[in-house]
Amino acid sequence: MLSIRNLHANIDGKEILRGINLDIKAGEVHAIMGPNGSGKSTLSAVIAGREDYEVTEGEIEFMGKNLMDFSPEERAGEGIFLSFQYPIEIPGLTTTNFIKTAVNEIRKYRGQEPMDAVQFLKKMKEKMTLVNIDQSLLSRSLNEGFSGGEKKRNEIFQMAMLEPRLAILDETDSGLDIDAIRIVANGVNKLRTKDNAVLLVTHYQRLLDYIIPDFVHVLYKGRIVKSGTKELAYELEEKGYDFIKAEVEQGA
Amino acid sequence: MKSDEIQSENIVVDEGLDILEQTVRNEYKYGFVTDIEADSAPKGLNEDTIRFISAKKEEPEWMLEWRLKAFRQWLKMQEPHWANLKYPAIDYQDIIYYSAPKQKEKPKSLDEIDPELRKTFEKLGISLDEQKRLTGVAVDAVIDSVSIATTFKEQLAEQGIIFCSMSEAIQNHPELVRQYLSSVVPVTDNYFAALNAAVFSDGSFVYIPKGVRCPMELSTYFRINAENTGQFERTLIVADEGSFVSYLEGCTAPMRDENQLHAAVVELVAMDNAEIKYSTVQNWYPGDKEGNGGIYNFVTKRGICKGNHSKISWTQVETGSAITWKYPSVILKGDHSVGEFYSVAVTNNYQQADTGTKMMHLGKNTRSRIVSKGISAGFSQNSYRGLVHVGKNATGARNFSQCDSLLLGDKCGAHTFPYIEVKNKSGVVEHEATTSKIGEDQIFYCNQRGIDTETAVALIVNGFAKEVMAHLPMEFAVEAQKLLAISLEGSVG
Repeated sequence: MLSIRNLHANIDGKEILRGINLDIKAGEVHAIMGPNGSGKSTLSAVIAGREDYEVTEGEIEFMGKNLMDFSPEERAGEGIFLSFQYPIEIPGLTTTNFIKTAVNEIRKYRGQEPMDAVQFLKKMKEKMTLVNIDQSLLSRSLNEGFSGGEKKRNEIFQMAMLEPRLAILDETDSGLDIDAIRIVANGVNKLRTKDNAVLLVTHYQRLLDYIIPDFVHVLYKGRIVKSGTKELAYELEEKGYDFIKAEVEQGA
Repeated sequence: MKSDEIQSENIVVDEGLDILEQTVRNEYKYGFVTDIEADSAPKGLNEDTIRFISAKKEEPEWMLEWRLKAFRQWLKMQEPHWANLKYPAIDYQDIIYYSAPKQKEKPKSLDEIDPELRKTFEKLGISLDEQKRLTGVAVDAVIDSVSIATTFKEQLAEQGIIFCSMSEAIQNHPELVRQYLSSVVPVTDNYFAALNAAVFSDGSFVYIPKGVRCPMELSTYFRINAENTGQFERTLIVADEGSFVSYLEGCTAPMRDENQLHAAVVELVAMDNAEIKYSTVQNWYPGDKEGNGGIYNFVTKRGICKGNHSKISWTQVETGSAITWKYPSVILKGDHSVGEFYSVAVTNNYQQADTGTKMMHLGKNTRSRIVSKGISAGFSQNSYRGLVHVGKNATGARNFSQCDSLLLGDKCGAHTFPYIEVKNKSGVVEHEATTSKIGEDQIFYCNQRGIDTETAVALIVNGFAKEVMAHLPMEFAVEAQKLLAISLEGSVG
């Protein structure tokens, strides 16, 4: 589904990603872990197409297409979804209205008819129960005055509504208490199918107790320095990132 | 009944979005010229021009005297330059002050109106036909200088409501006109008001009798058509004791390279327990992307809450004109009277707007509320200028003002000039102001959800303006939403 080859990316002339290689197949859950400043969020943003980052080398292929040819909104249309670490606020725009626009813009991109109010409502009701989100939240301005947990739940709700092929969850657990993590993780698990994939980007192992990854990768200084199964996450939790750093320094 | 709530909300939402989609890429579509023979005054302004206009309109002697008095005062006045606006000097001798579409006879019924004219109004989306009944909007249409037709006149007359052109009102209701004309905006109030009094050619007149709630929205569409023509309309609305009226005003003009002058005067009078709601969607031609052409819009709008417990509410969506100079105001004379001003002003390219309000608290326990939303894009300058005055006898006066500015890009400007004068210790005046920029984060978030940048801007802007849009009548709100999207077209990205 997703194939990243030797990806290098800069921001303001500073190289953040220095040769990433990553393959994700349909049905898989991958976790990217790493210390602060290792390039985790940059990787998410580059896949989603954020223009502040300059890709200097390498390629990203998604469903057989070169992603570099696509704008961020086209990538969304192709089925890439990014759950933001810090979801933004739009005063005066209801969450429902925003999601409806998103759903129909993506349908338009795919050459599908827009959903009418009744269909949309039906789908919304169905997905609301999945992430345990309250109707009153959806009629409020997008993310305005939402608590940290509400914002993240809203992200997962949008993911449920947009049904992406690849969902990238950027630090979805940050700032959440354990109950909120459980709710969010449950939502993500219910949305998993054999046709879609999830890329979890996280600093801590705790989210991986609830969303079990098939593969864990450790990102350090812009490179994936170690890959393994979920046991690698436990090892990291136990030993801290220092042992990875030490290993890398030794190897170099 | 939660599900019903959701559903109805979505249906409304749906409409708004489709409209945005359709219109995001539209250019100014009202820029056509109608080929109608016009009956015009010669260029230039002197007492003969005024006599010509007055004679054309077969006005009584008192009206001519009133005009000449205004003109003589105007000659002694100076064009004001305190506003935050820059424009080349206006040559008042290079303007045609009267242009009427030629008609052989005055039309007796709507069927007799020149078919070319009717086409013009159809293009504007205004049907003069009684089919308009369904939407319940009575329309008075003013093209260039003259009022063409007023629909639903008979129906309104049954309830004693007078809705007609100002010219007709001068002929048929001189006692009302003489009583109220220039009672709110004196002929010498300001330079442009004096000019208007001297040369105004038509406009709308509304009188709502005691205790009558006007059963439909009253609406006037103004259009400048002929070249080098100034439009000077004058509107007077009187709401007698315990009455209610909602009035809508819309305007368009063709695209021309040279600037055209528009200087209107609107006066509102609300007696005891009366309420007037006045809504404007101003869409005069704003000029092209380089700042050529466009309308110079110098307007004096003022209402007086003359009676106790009366209310006047101004709502405006200003997207057009090269220059906007406009401060719809309320004099809160009656005790417990209420004044409101809700405004969205959008400027793009080289447009300049200096707009706001004055709330003059004179009576006891008077209240006013100001919500101003300025949106600037391109190289434009957008200023809010507002005065809240609490007089020494205005015990218990309250004002709340909120002025928010939204910037698109870094070459435009937003300015706020609030003036507050409180002469009574019990007065409470609150002012809040914010300035924000559409952030790249907001745009990227929308992009990531499959929403392109133009649509994202439209969503953000409509969200920003929502509080004001909510005060517009439904059919106007939809039109206003379209206009916001159109006027910001191409401003980002």
